[in-house]
Amino acid sequence: MTGKKYLYLVGLAWALLMAIPFTKAYAQEHHAAEAKAETKEEASKFNASEIIFGHVSDAHDWHFFSIGENHISLPLPIIIYSKTKGLSIFSSAKFGHEGHREVYNGYTLDEHNKIASEDKSESFYDFSITKNVLSMLIGVVLLLIIMLNVAKKYKQNGANVAPSGFQNALEPVIMFVRDDVAKPTLGAKYQKYMPLLLTLFFFIWINNMLGLLPGGANFTGNITVTACLALISFIVLLINANKHFWGHLLNPPGVPLPIKFLLVPIEIMSLFIKPIALAIRLFANILAGHIIILSIISLIFIFSKMGQNPAAGYGFSIVSLAFSIFMFFLELMVAAIQAFIFTNLTAVFIGQAIEDAHGHEEHDHHHEEATA
Amino acid sequence: MELLKPALGLFFWALLAFMIVFLILKKFAWKPILNMLNERETGIANALQTAEKVKGEMSAMKAENEQLMKQAHEERSAMLKEAKEIKEKMITDAKELAKTEANKIILDAQEQINRSKMAAITEVKNEIGLLSVAVAEKILRNQLSQDSAQDAYVKKLTEEIKMN
Repeated sequence: MTGKKYLYLVGLAWALLMAIPFTKAYAQEHHAAEAKAETKEEASKFNASEIIFGHVSDAHDWHFFSIGENHISLPLPIIIYSKTKGLSIFSSAKFGHEGHREVYNGYTLDEHNKIASEDKSESFYDFSITKNVLSMLIGVVLLLIIMLNVAKKYKQNGANVAPSGFQNALEPVIMFVRDDVAKPTLGAKYQKYMPLLLTLFFFIWINNMLGLLPGGANFTGNITVTACLALISFIVLLINANKHFWGHLLNPPGVPLPIKFLLVPIEIMSLFIKPIALAIRLFANILAGHIIILSIISLIFIFSKMGQNPAAGYGFSIVSLAFSIFMFFLELMVAAIQAFIFTNLTAVFIGQAIEDAHGHEEHDHHHEEATA
Repeated sequence: MELLKPALGLFFWALLAFMIVFLILKKFAWKPILNMLNERETGIANALQTAEKVKGEMSAMKAENEQLMKQAHEERSAMLKEAKEIKEKMITDAKELAKTEANKIILDAQEQINRSKMAAITEVKNEIGLLSVAVAEKILRNQLSQDSAQDAYVKKLTEEIKMN
């Protein structure tokens, strides 16, 4: 019972914290209204899509909240390599604040918060530590601390001591990845792929959960990140695929020649669709979760701006809170489920590529069902 | 559409971080953890197997014990039976012996009694013979004290001899 109460409290606290960044919206709007002297109607318009997309996009500073004109945000390092200017590293604070951007070293931030060069013809590479990169680094450090401590405990206690603490919490998850993901899909050679599957699973999971924190970055809901992870599993698949797999792909046995001309391109396409599906699935799920939660909270502000009286907004905040708490629990589940699905599908795809000749057909069907 | 544009920097950092995390965790976390899990599982499997084996041995021992108990029971009852038989035999033997001994004693006694009786009877007979001779002497003395009587007797004796 106390556990349940605790969960509710955490949910409530989270939802309240989640609403804090919206003070930025007020501040900006206020500022805009004063500076540009817009009509009252325009000023009271709350641009939910801008707010939401601002939150789910990557940024060069980590904005926490704003009080009036003061934006409380963490400036992040900008790292740019350009052929003409070489490497330049500086703080994103040099670009000034949103609304009044400044030019530094020939670079500035455009309307999408992307780095733009003053000289349009100049090409440069942006390796900045963005909000997403920092969030990932925090996730990585957490992951390393947790896992190395758990490993240390295993080493200290030896095999025959019952697990305790964090070790006890992680052991079923590790066992789950091993027994329910790796073993059924990869067969006897599962041990070779265990480190990859475990790293993928925990990397995605911890970053999914960090993204759910108030003010957290949308790291795993970024197409670049999911594409990177999908590319890793695709490369592992390509490296480990056996002759049988390539044979079936490029020269399907027992198929008439004219059909082969049709089938082989489809098979090759399906090979490349696998990682694309992996990337888009994770990206879309996490992004959708973020957008839904942000939209529900935005509703409070939309309602409060509807009439002359913000009472509708206050009233709706209760509904909004309830909804966002519900969504938060759902997203907590989705965080684990999407990590599992990504890992499982990686295992399934690798499993198809390393499968031996026997029992191929039957397995294929299974895998296709799982993919669907 | 801005969301669907991949960013080179983020890709680079994500790839680098994932690779480093993968290599570190592979060597220092997954390997020991998976090894320990395997070791524990084999340990548990072995322990279960040993337990099963011991259980089998126990049941075999139990059966053996039962067999031994049964044998001991049988031996005991056999011994009891034997002892009973010996006891009975001893009793019968003793009885037999006692009987023969008693008979012998009785026979001896009877013989003794007979002997004593015969002796007594002989003695009595001798005594009676002596007494009757004395009595006859006395009577004869008394009857033949007179001369006529002596003559008459002699006469009689002679007559008897004549008659023969």
